[in-house]
Formats: sequence, C-alpha cells, structure tokens
Amino acid sequence: MSALLQVRGLGRRYGQRIGCEDVSFDLHPGELLCIVGESGSGKSTLLNTVAAQQAPSSGSVRYRQRGGGWLELGALGEADRRRLAREEWGFVTQNPRDGLRLNVSAGANVAERLMALGMRNYSQLRGIARGWLERVEIDPARIDDAPTSFSGGMQQRLQIARTLVTQPRLVFMDEPTAGLDVSVQARILDLLRRLVNELGLAAVMVTHDLAVARLLAARTLVMQGGRVVETGLTDQILDDPQHPYTQLLVSSVLTT
Amino acid sequence: MTYNFAFLDEDTKRMLRRALLKAVAIPGYQVPFGSREMPLPYGWGTGGIQVTAALLGPDDVLKVIDQGADDTTNAVNIRRFFHRVAGVATTEHTAEATLIQTRHRIPETSLREDQILVFQVPEPEPLRTLEPREAETRTLHALADYGLMHVKLYEDIAQYGHIATSYDYPVLVDGRFLTSPSPIPKFDNPKLDRSPALMLFGAGREKRLYAIPPYTSVESLAFDDHPFEIQRWEQQCELCGSGESYLDEVVVDDRGTRMFVCSDTDFCSGHRMEAQA
Repeated sequence: MSALLQVRGLGRRYGQRIGCEDVSFDLHPGELLCIVGESGSGKSTLLNTVAAQQAPSSGSVRYRQRGGGWLELGALGEADRRRLAREEWGFVTQNPRDGLRLNVSAGANVAERLMALGMRNYSQLRGIARGWLERVEIDPARIDDAPTSFSGGMQQRLQIARTLVTQPRLVFMDEPTAGLDVSVQARILDLLRRLVNELGLAAVMVTHDLAVARLLAARTLVMQGGRVVETGLTDQILDDPQHPYTQLLVSSVLTT
Repeated sequence: MTYNFAFLDEDTKRMLRRALLKAVAIPGYQVPFGSREMPLPYGWGTGGIQVTAALLGPDDVLKVIDQGADDTTNAVNIRRFFHRVAGVATTEHTAEATLIQTRHRIPETSLREDQILVFQVPEPEPLRTLEPREAETRTLHALADYGLMHVKLYEDIAQYGHIATSYDYPVLVDGRFLTSPSPIPKFDNPKLDRSPALMLFGAGREKRLYAIPPYTSVESLAFDDHPFEIQRWEQQCELCGSGESYLDEVVVDDRGTRMFVCSDTDFCSGHRMEAQA
C-alpha cells in the first residue's frame, strides 16, 4: 500500500536555533502515528511544519491526493493550502479555545466546515451537527449553547466533532488530552480510538504522555533536541527502548 | 473665504475618481483611498460626502436622504453644504435628481440609468463581526472563501427561528465579492439587483470605496430551506395609504400610540398628491 504522507529530511529553524531537523517518515492511510518527547523537543514545530502551517527551512513533505497524485506541500500556494486544510485535513489544537469559534453556538461550530464546503441546507446542517454531538457524547439538546458554557473536556470533544465532521483523510492533533484530568482524558482517548477506527483516518498526534501513545498508536517517533532519536512499533519502543533517551523516558513513567 | 468647487481640491477629487473607476471595474471589491478630514464627524457620512464631491458637476441636481427622509438633520445639512460650496441645484424629488446621496435607504421610486446613488457606509467589511483581523478578511476575499458568513445566518436561525438580520444584509456582487450593502433594510436589497443606476459606496473612517455598476447581479445570501425574505407589514402608510413601501413605526404621544408611515418622504408626498388629483 502506498503512503498518504511522505516526509523527507524535514527541518525548521528559528534563526540560528533548531526547531526540528532531518526528520523523515511515511504515514499510511488508516494509520495513527504518535510523536513523543519532552517539552521543547520540537514535536509541535514538526507537526506544524508537516501540516504546512509553517514553511520548512529544509526538506520536503509530499501528500497523496484523493485522485492519487502527489502534492508537494512546499510548492503549494495559499489558496491550495487552505483548500487542503478545509477539505482533506483536520487540525485539533491542545487548547480547544484556539480551535473553536467561541462567540457562536456549538451547532454552528460543528457546521462551519460544512458551510465552508458549500452546504446550504439549514435542516441538513442541523441534523449532521446533532449526530456529531451525539457521537462525541455531548447531549444534542445543547446544540444551541455557547461553547464557553461547556467544561474543558466537552470543549475538546466539540473541537473533535468540528474537525471530523467533513470526514478528513488526515488529522493532525497537538496534545489533544493535555490539561484535562485523567478520567476525562480516558474518555477522549476512547472516543478518538473509536472514531479513528470507524472513519479509517490517518492521524499524526503529538503527545508527551507515553500511555497515550501505547493506547492509540501503532507506530511512534521519539524526539529529542529537534531530532528523531528512535522510531518503530509503539510496543517495541516502550517495552524494549534502544536509545538512552527513550530508556530514560520509559523509566520515568510512574508505575503502580 | 471661498472654497474650491465642491469643497475638495482638484487633486483629491482626481484621487477619488481613480479609486471609483477601479471600484466600478471590480464590482464589490473594497478599494482603499486617502480619506480626507471633512467638516463633519465620522459616522455622519464623511465617505459619502467625499464621493459626492468627486462626482458633482455644475449641472447636477442633488438629493440627499437620511433614513429615507429629505428633512432630517443629516440630510438637510449635507444638502445645504453642497449648495453652498458647489452652488448646485438641489431637490427633494427622486425623479429630478441626477445624484442622490443616501444614508440607510434606497428610494422607493425606481432609479434610471442617468442617476447615481451614493451610500454612506460605517463598516464596509461584512465579515468584520466574525473575523476581526483585516489581513485575514482580505485573504478570505481574495480566495472567495465565504463559508464564514453563513455561520452568522446559521446562528440567526438557531436563535430566532428565522434569519433575523434585518439591515446590512450581506450580498454577493457579480457572483464574486461578498459585500455589505451598507445599513439599508433588507427590504431594499432586491433593488440592488440589476439596478439601472450606478451605486457607489464610501466609508470615510475605514477609508474604503466600492461600487455596484449598473445591471450587476446582486444576490442576498440565504439557506436553501430558509430563503431570503424582505420585511412585510400588516399596516399601510397612515398618511398616503401605500401598502408597498418601507414603513417606519412612529410613537406619537406619551401614551404609546403608534402610527406607521412611509420612510421615504418624497414617495409618500407624491403618493398623496396623486390621490388628491
């Protein structure tokens, strides 16, 4: 099976400082890849660069379109980049308040991407929004409530619904469960795993939590100081870490 | 002390005319211009008055309306201003005017090809309430990425059961640019579509001009199952009896007695004359 996303020698510098350097990986359809590493290791820089939200300083990212042709993201114009982000990709931010439109209702948040794609039937939009609220375990009766009246966990689930409503092929997630308490995290992880399986999404997820990687990802990248130090199957990396930094990461997880 | 004809100096008028030509060439596109200090406060029509000054010739006949009326403070003062600084003829009759500056209405009487309508615009950017960043709204216009506008209409229906936006109702000009029709009631939106008269819009504080050229398609946004609708009244005008004009509800005493009258004073008096004759 051919890859959905090809990252080759990708680097991003902020002046003299290195954000990330010489990163290469393939992502296949239906696959969830986790990027782990401590804070400041370049995870988010890598994610934003792969998602074409920042221009790379070196290297390339190629994306395979629905038609099968390869798209060089570095050569993409603003219009095409936005079309891709709107029609084929999704991005879930760590802080749901960054990804949501807070001054409009939950229903409008879910329906926004559909309207951007040209859907112009109110009752249809409403029906889909209701269905998605139910799918992310938010009471559909709250469809007209403002997201500011939701709890942190609900806001994050709303953001997930808003992102997945257009059935993107590829989703980028930046620490979607950080900042939530453990039981809420568990529900969101369950939800994500279910949705990723149901929709056959490919996803790249950044996390500092190895348990999240273990639960969701088949493959994991370990980053340190902007470089990928180890990559492989998640279980393999967590049970038999080779690189000293990975060993340190794994051994520093609290066990009961 | 004497002023240059129509107050503004010739170089400023030239700059305005160039911006207006560009605006006409790209229907609905907001053209930046060097807005001048005018002898009235922002929000009172500094944009409209500059456009009018750039267009006026000695043979023009000027009409100025505010909320449809010729006799309100804003209208009287702007009309008197141009009478003083340009010496042009003024009128209250829509049919006699060659140039009409308006705030918040389009006259009920149908306009002709040899007439120009100049609108005063407080906020030229229809996406502003949803997207505060100017760089972002310009990008959205450049890419014709207008899904955001429907978020507002969606919110209206979700909250009120129908599209409650009743003025400054967003339109798509020539199938391309999302445009603010200025705060006219949506009752007037259909008059914008394929109008024989040239429509020019000036926003003085925001320093933007835009235009709807004659016979240009102007579509009011809506949902398939919630189509665009204009206001309707059960009452008729209590002065002239008209059932098809835009009505103002006026409180006439301290006990809350109300009456409905035409907002377009020229149309109303014309209608009464016809009835008497």
